[in-house]
Order: sequence, then C-alpha cells, then structure tokens
Amino acid sequence: MSASRHRAEWWITGPSFIWLLVLFVVPTLMIFVITFRPSDPWGGIGDGWTLETLRRIFSGHYGAIIWRTFWISAVATALCMALALPSGYFIARASLRWRSTLLLLVIIPFWTSFLIRIFAWKVLLHPDGYVKQALVFLRLMDADTSLLYRSESVLLVLVYTLLPFAILPIYAAAEKFDFSLMEAARDLGAGKIRAWLRVFLPGIQRGLVTAVVMVFIPALGSYVIPDIVGGPTSEMIGNKIAQRTFVDRNLPHASGLAAGLTLAVLAPMLMVLYMQARRPASKQGAR
Amino acid sequence: MESFLEFRDVTKSYGRIHAVDQVSLTVKRGEFFSLLGPSGCGKTTLLRMLAGFEQPDQGRIFLDGEDITDLPPNRRKVNTIFQNYALFPHMTVRENIAFGPRVAKRPSGEIHEEVERMLALIMLEEHAEKYPHQVSGGQKQRVAIARALINKPRVLLLDEPLAALDLKLRQHMLVELERIHDQVGITFLYVTHDQGEAMSLSDRIAVMKQGHVEQLGRPAEIYEAPVSSFVASFIGDTNFFDGEVLDTAGTDYLRLRVEGLPEVWCYNDKKKNIGDLVHLSVRPEKFRISKDVPSDEPNLNSVQARVEDIIYLGSLTRFRVRAGDVLIAVTQQHSRFLLDQEPIQWEDDVWISWHADDSYMLDRVTPESPGTNGDVGS
Repeated sequence: MSASRHRAEWWITGPSFIWLLVLFVVPTLMIFVITFRPSDPWGGIGDGWTLETLRRIFSGHYGAIIWRTFWISAVATALCMALALPSGYFIARASLRWRSTLLLLVIIPFWTSFLIRIFAWKVLLHPDGYVKQALVFLRLMDADTSLLYRSESVLLVLVYTLLPFAILPIYAAAEKFDFSLMEAARDLGAGKIRAWLRVFLPGIQRGLVTAVVMVFIPALGSYVIPDIVGGPTSEMIGNKIAQRTFVDRNLPHASGLAAGLTLAVLAPMLMVLYMQARRPASKQGAR
Repeated sequence: MESFLEFRDVTKSYGRIHAVDQVSLTVKRGEFFSLLGPSGCGKTTLLRMLAGFEQPDQGRIFLDGEDITDLPPNRRKVNTIFQNYALFPHMTVRENIAFGPRVAKRPSGEIHEEVERMLALIMLEEHAEKYPHQVSGGQKQRVAIARALINKPRVLLLDEPLAALDLKLRQHMLVELERIHDQVGITFLYVTHDQGEAMSLSDRIAVMKQGHVEQLGRPAEIYEAPVSSFVASFIGDTNFFDGEVLDTAGTDYLRLRVEGLPEVWCYNDKKKNIGDLVHLSVRPEKFRISKDVPSDEPNLNSVQARVEDIIYLGSLTRFRVRAGDVLIAVTQQHSRFLLDQEPIQWEDDVWISWHADDSYMLDRVTPESPGTNGDVGS
C-alpha cells in the first residue's frame, strides 16, 4: 500500500524532476566544470584542466562591477518592497470587485514583450523623449544632463520591471492575513504604524521573503536592462558575462563569472531556507 | 451607582440599513451587562463603536464622564475579546499577554510581574512559552482575556467569546468568566446571541432587535415580563394567545375571549378595558398538566386538551398538547419521584391549568417574531 503510493508519487513528480535535472542541474554543473577548462583560440573549450580562469577573474578588475551589481540590486529590491508593501496591502484590503481590477493592472504589463517595454523606457528617457523635455521645460533639470545610460536609469527600469514580482507575493500573503489581528493590536493600545510593524509585517513574513527573493535574484542577473538603458558606468555582472561570451568568445571565463553569480544567489537562498526550517512554530496559521 | 458607560442617541447606518438606530443606554460601574439579540440586530456594531473600530453617524459615547466618541481605538480605556480571539500567531502566549504593556512602554520588570500575575489568573503558567496554535480553544480564550485585562481596561468588551467553543468548554468558560469578573471587578460588556449565556452571566441585559433596544432589564424581568412577543419568544419558549376583553371583573383581573379556548382569566396590570385586544404570553413551565380535573380555585384557567407529543428529558418533560385548534407547549418539572406516578402518555386526554397571574400581557406584538406555541423541540 505504502510502497505503491510511493511509486505513484515518483510517477507524478518524475517528469518535472527529469526536466529540472536535464535543463537546470546538469547545465549549471557544466558551467562549473567549464570554468576549469582552458579556452581555445576559436572560442571553444580546450582539453585538460586549468585554474587560469580563476586566476584571471580574481586578478581582473571585477571589484567595482560586483559592488555595483550588488548595490543596484539591493536598492532595486528596497525600492520594490517600499512600493509593493502599500500596494499589496491596499489591493488585499480593496473590495472584491476592485481587487480583481487592481490585480489585472499589475499584470497587464506582461502582455507586452519585455524587450519592447525596455525600449519604451529608452524612448521616454531619450533626450528628445517627452519626460526629458518636460523636466527641462519645468527647469527641474538642464538640457545637458542625460537621463539615460546611468545607474539611476538602470535602477528605475529594474524597479519598473520587477515590481509586479514583489506585489504579487505580498498581496497573496496580505489577502490571507487575518485583519482582525490589526484591530486587536489597535485595541491593545498600538497606533496605526506600530500595529503595521508589529503585527501586519510579521504576519505576512513569508510573502515578504518571497518578494525579496523574487526581486533580488533576477536583479543580480539582469543583463538586458543595463545593456539597453545603462551605459559603461552602469554595467552589471550580467553584461560582463555576455561580453565574455559573445565579444571575447572566452567561454571558460564567462562560465567562471556565471558560476560566481550562481553561488552568490544560492547562498542567500539557502540561508532563507535554513531560517524557515529552524523556526517553524512561529510561521503557522492563526487558529 | 452613577452611569459609567453611556450611549446617547447612537446611530450607525450601512447604506440604507440602520445597523444601530438611536440607541441610548447606560451601564453601571462594575456591572456585567449583556447585549443580546439575533444576528444583524446591531449588538456587535454597538460594541465596535465602543471599541473605536466604527464611528457612529450620530450620537455620542461617554466613558466615565469623558466623551470618547472621537478617540481612536488605541486611546480608549477599553479592551476587546474577539470572537476568534485574534491572538498574534507569531508571538508566544507570554508575548501576546505582554503586548499591551509593551506598547505602552511600561518598565520591563513591571511587565514581567504583571504577565506572571495574569498567567496565574488564567491558570496557564506552564503554557507561557507556547504559540497560540499549540494551545486548545479554551486556553486561547483565556489568553485573550488575560491579554485584554492586563491593560486594566475600564470596560472589557466581549464579542460572542464562547461561540467558537464546544458545549462542555462553553459551560466551563461561563464559570471562568464569572470568576474573573468577580475577581477583577471591572465592567463587562458582553455581546451574545445566546440567551442562556446572557441570562446566567448578566446583571442586566439589553435585548436588541433591528438596531434598537427592545427591552432592558434584569434577566428575571426580561424572562418573566417581556414587553413584546419578540422578547418573549427570543428568551426561552412561550405560548401566545390573542384575546378580546369581555369583562374587567372588578379592577384586578380580566376575562378574555380567546379563539379556540374557553374563557381565560388574566391579571390586568396594563389597565385594559372591555373590547380591547390583548396579547398573552404563557411560559410552558407555568402550566400544570394532569389527568384529573383541576380543583376549582379562583382565577385558575383550565383547558381540556389531548397530548400530541412527549419529550422526556429526565429533570422535566416537554409536552405538546392540542386544545381544539390551538397547540400549547407545556413543560412539567419532575420534583417528585416519577416512577410512582401514573404517567401521562400519547393521545391521553389531560387538563392543563394555569393561574391568571402567571400569564403575562405583552405591550406589543412583533409580527415577524417566531411563534413558539407547541414547539417542543427547542
């Protein structure tokens, strides 16, 4: 009985397991492996093993770009959370009819191609674009300052792109949150802000963690956005990986950077998993 | 005692529905006061306005002489026990209880002492470090009470606090609530739809219906002397009779013509005159039921009837008897050893009798109130 059920579980989860194994785990491991292979002059992978790539990566001037990748991603995550928290809260509190409309508005941008939306930002921020024109007209900036090709523009478009991924998990958690807890907190003497901080935020903790992960990790690996609206001073690690792959045609070097990025993403993920596994008691439902 | 808590002409509407319609009532210091009524009668809205979760459209609310109508919930010296307890799931029992004093920034030594005292009051010392989902329903209830009481509220608001508990636990918590009320001596405002809870706990009860107070009084007053058919049938079971006054026989008693029954005598406390219509409520336990013809006492009403249904409940038996077209619910208390008596059985012809003083004349009949005549089941 139990054995047959076990077998049934394997049949059900098997396909997705195989899918992930073939298309995610194996390629990721291949990237790690290629890091220790030499490059050949024709852009391929040579024979034998070498630490040359690691040596070059550590002696290369990656400090600034890693730091920039990290802070742009961190600030983008912080901004997304700051915007998504009130949005998710108000969508969850809205009447049922409004709720579906608001959710639709959050999702609508996905109906347009990602690339086209990024290009649209380029049009908006372009020196001839109306955002720039309007700001100059209002004397909020002078005509020589560029809105494009800087870290701030990368940040802006990152926040724009990733915001729905923060709003949706926060909304999902807030929608399940028992708002009588907020009344209880107010009743026990807490002001509005304190009730929010002490009761609402801990109550949607899982949603918050999901939102941070869903924004921070794609931000770390972003490549298209800094490539299109960023400039030489706002490159991120993703751009470097692309450059090593397509321009320098040095696959081991690109693999080394990608492996480093993968490790950087895995570390916080594992930490979150560990923390959630360690304190299961406080995460259960209310009743 | 002076009025301690006062609702003055309080009105609250949702759209076109008057949830609370010009309610005025006062509660005394230290009183156990209940708001009793069916769902949608406005009792919870009244409580939520006192807690500060809802704003009245009109009227003021006073607590200890102070107008609190416009204060936010966190600045009112009242605390609420919510129906689902609303314990914070991410905090332990201890942290839940300490929430109020922590928010009030009281010194931590003092908080610790107070929490210990509260844990002792609710007898949950050994569960202090558990999370709410790890304790039982009754324990959650007690944590909610401690979490509210630690703030030393002037009024403790209880919103159907026992509704989520099973019968056994509910009876236990009734005793517990009474004990805690006696021990802390603060004013309790208790909202319930359960007449049994309200009757057993309260000093006074306000029976509410469709946004207004139908009757306010001590439990016995409300049970014995209901003002309307609504109150009479909501609190306990009763029989209704409509009659026309035939004779005022001196001044104290009336002779009535009641459809389907012989002439009925009743006490004339409402000063009715010949030709007036009156509505009587007679509680099932006011009847005497026997197979013998009742003795001919003055002012004793006797009706011959046939037994249609019997429910034996040990301490008492509920009968449904038919007199002509009229169904009457009768309960008989078994104060004597039952097996020595000749039992009344189905289809038996019996006499039921009641004293003219034991029927109560209602001020008004509420059309939609459920008639409980002959409804033995409840």
